[in-house]
Amino acid sequence: MSGNIKLMQGNEACAEGAIKAGCRFFAGYPITPSSEVAEILARRLPQVGGKFIQMEDEIASMAAVCGASLAGVKSMTATSGPGFSLKQENLGYASFTEIPCVVVNVMRGGPSTGSPTSPAQGDVMQARWGTHGDHPIIVLSCSSVKDMYELTIRSFNLSERFRVPVILLSDEIVAHMRERVDVGALESLEIFNRVKPACPPEEYQPYEASPETDVPPMANFGEGYRYHITGLTHDESGFTTQKPHKVAELHERLHRKIENHKDEIIETRNYYLDDAQIAVFAYGSTARSALRAVREARNRGIKAGLIQPVTIWPFPDDLVHQVASQVDAFIVPEMNLGMMVREVERAAHGQAEVIGQSLVTWELFTPAQVLSKIEEVFNWITSGSTSDSKPSRTSGALAAATE
Amino acid sequence: MTNDRYEIRLSGSGGQGLILAGIILAEAAAIYEGKEAVQTQSYGPESRGGASKSEVVISGSEIDYPKVTSPDLLLAMTQESCTKYLGDLKEGGIAILDSFFVEKWPDNANVIALPLTTIAKEVTGKTIVANIVAVGAIVALSGIVSKESIEKAVLARVPKGTEEMNLKALQAGFEAVANH
Amino acid sequence: MVSGIGCSSRAPGYVDFNTLHTTHGRALPFATGIKLAKPEMTVIVVTGDGDATAIGGNHLIHAARRNLDLTVVLFNNSTYGMTSGQYSPTTPTGAFGTTAPYGNAEQPFDICNLAEAAGATYVARGTTYHAKVLPNLIEKAISNKGFSLVETITQCPIYFGRMNKIGNSVEMMKWQKEHAVTKKQAETMSPEELADKFIIGELCHKTKPDYCELYDRIIEKAQASIK
Repeated sequence: MSGNIKLMQGNEACAEGAIKAGCRFFAGYPITPSSEVAEILARRLPQVGGKFIQMEDEIASMAAVCGASLAGVKSMTATSGPGFSLKQENLGYASFTEIPCVVVNVMRGGPSTGSPTSPAQGDVMQARWGTHGDHPIIVLSCSSVKDMYELTIRSFNLSERFRVPVILLSDEIVAHMRERVDVGALESLEIFNRVKPACPPEEYQPYEASPETDVPPMANFGEGYRYHITGLTHDESGFTTQKPHKVAELHERLHRKIENHKDEIIETRNYYLDDAQIAVFAYGSTARSALRAVREARNRGIKAGLIQPVTIWPFPDDLVHQVASQVDAFIVPEMNLGMMVREVERAAHGQAEVIGQSLVTWELFTPAQVLSKIEEVFNWITSGSTSDSKPSRTSGALAAATE
Repeated sequence: MTNDRYEIRLSGSGGQGLILAGIILAEAAAIYEGKEAVQTQSYGPESRGGASKSEVVISGSEIDYPKVTSPDLLLAMTQESCTKYLGDLKEGGIAILDSFFVEKWPDNANVIALPLTTIAKEVTGKTIVANIVAVGAIVALSGIVSKESIEKAVLARVPKGTEEMNLKALQAGFEAVANH
Repeated sequence: MVSGIGCSSRAPGYVDFNTLHTTHGRALPFATGIKLAKPEMTVIVVTGDGDATAIGGNHLIHAARRNLDLTVVLFNNSTYGMTSGQYSPTTPTGAFGTTAPYGNAEQPFDICNLAEAAGATYVARGTTYHAKVLPNLIEKAISNKGFSLVETITQCPIYFGRMNKIGNSVEMMKWQKEHAVTKKQAETMSPEELADKFIIGELCHKTKPDYCELYDRIIEKAQASIK
């Protein structure tokens, strides 16, 4: 034991992880269930010489985060559903102009005001496609308090490394629970900082990247490199262009910088997959219920396994594709009406059955609910997998929820 | 896999200090005994005045599912919470009821009725420390953490100037179980 | 130099600074982030009447309220020129726009009054006609340590001028000349005489601590609390 054991709340771990990652600027707007991140950083940031500001709205918060990052300070904001919708405008700006920043979205029941104090997983597609236009993004998903510390750091590292906004998804359960964290053991986590240009200012082309990395070196505002940034489509010089080949070049590079480095970005936690006949695919707090259910299923003689994606975007296509060739079926429990299940279906490419399980009571799945689905699917497979008896998306979960 | 998993549910109404009691139990286990611990709570408009629920899971190994399904130990500090949760109790589990608020309960060997709020008032003059009396009773009955660890956890969490009062309340919880 | 979206907001493309062309209405919050991260930088925001008082109106009043050390140069041409002449928050009642084909039913903002009321510590108004005065106003605005705003009356002959039949660029600048009065002149004029006039020059200049100065005290307090 390292001697620095704490019982931390999820949102507290996120704030402390941010400070550890070198974050020195937070702009935000209060919203349940993420407000503790702002409250803790309002106290902690000035202690370490950083700054906190409560902006007039969520749109302004995201803009201020972009501005501070451009001036060389690692920056973040934290929000939940309605606020996350408002962030989308300038998330798109950050993605297109390649501004490193971190956006934490503590998911609650939606749409609209929804259920502010309940967990949900309805923003996983918005996290990928929330802003308009085709754009690069990285999205990570937390399932524990330790994750909220560690993955906040990882989010900053990835955003600095790839000059891309990173969205860290949590939910009301993970954000508000308190859990043992060995902070001392996390002290040695590596911190990555953006690469600065090696050339003199007069030669600097702000959006010129080497083909190996596809990530342009970044000169901070106020450090002698004078250049232009615009949300208009631009070329290497930073100024707007409408030349078709330049437009395409930019979009393709933005796509490549993520696509060609998926091995570095994608992280999954795989449990009991070696001999699995049924693979559960679960993320966030649902993964914890699923892990317990998988262990219980194994006790009952069902060869179940679990894929827990830590990186949900880019999606772990290769792993799902590979597991699909080995298992008979996937089960995808999620607190929405079926979002990531379609990605699993796409990646499985018909090699295995894919069965969703939805829970929209805005309560955490119980292990028993997931277990009953595993048993239902197991019985269906062993009785010949006929299409007219295929387990439905809602069976099991809804039955258990309405007990 | 769940052999050493111990589930505690603290239930009652907002203002009875159940969330703090849960945090103290979890910290005693996590910080002072090197165990894994998770504390969760029902959170919402009902958290002030209405029903309140705080849960703690303690284990010697990794905790997967963070919530309580069938408590090894249930604390009920209102009639409503007693009626609602007593049936969830694990076989062989223990229920502690605050008999100051709970009037009816089934005659069951596993149910221990203690006048927690009355004890708090008698020992410290304040009903507000009934939660700490309850924590003392929980530790004495379950042995889930040592008396030393819980003392340290209480001292680390309670406001400055109230340490002595809270230690008295904790001690009164231990004694209430011993005398039961 | 930071700008939003609109005709005004193309201006940063013509200067050799660190220049940031942002999203519609959001120049001020982007500038807020830059200023807080690097208080030693001089940050100028170039914006327009639509950008700063419609879609970005909330940001304008809050940046002014904080008295953050930013200088706003607001080009007011009373229309949305870039999107072809829709009415804006400063279009006069009765004036025409592509979305006000029967004349504008709304009442216009007085941007300088708005900024001053919200807490700006330097407020001035100039025009494109009074070209010698404007640089002085902007210079004073930049040297003010706090939130400064210079409203600049500009002409949009293509849309506002044409749709309201007030002529080409030259005629519109002549209109500026004929309708601008100094604060001193205004003092001797009756309300009737002032009805179709606007006041140019420095309108407000006061001293208040700026946001960064106040936040530095927060940092001192916070750091003392952990010593």
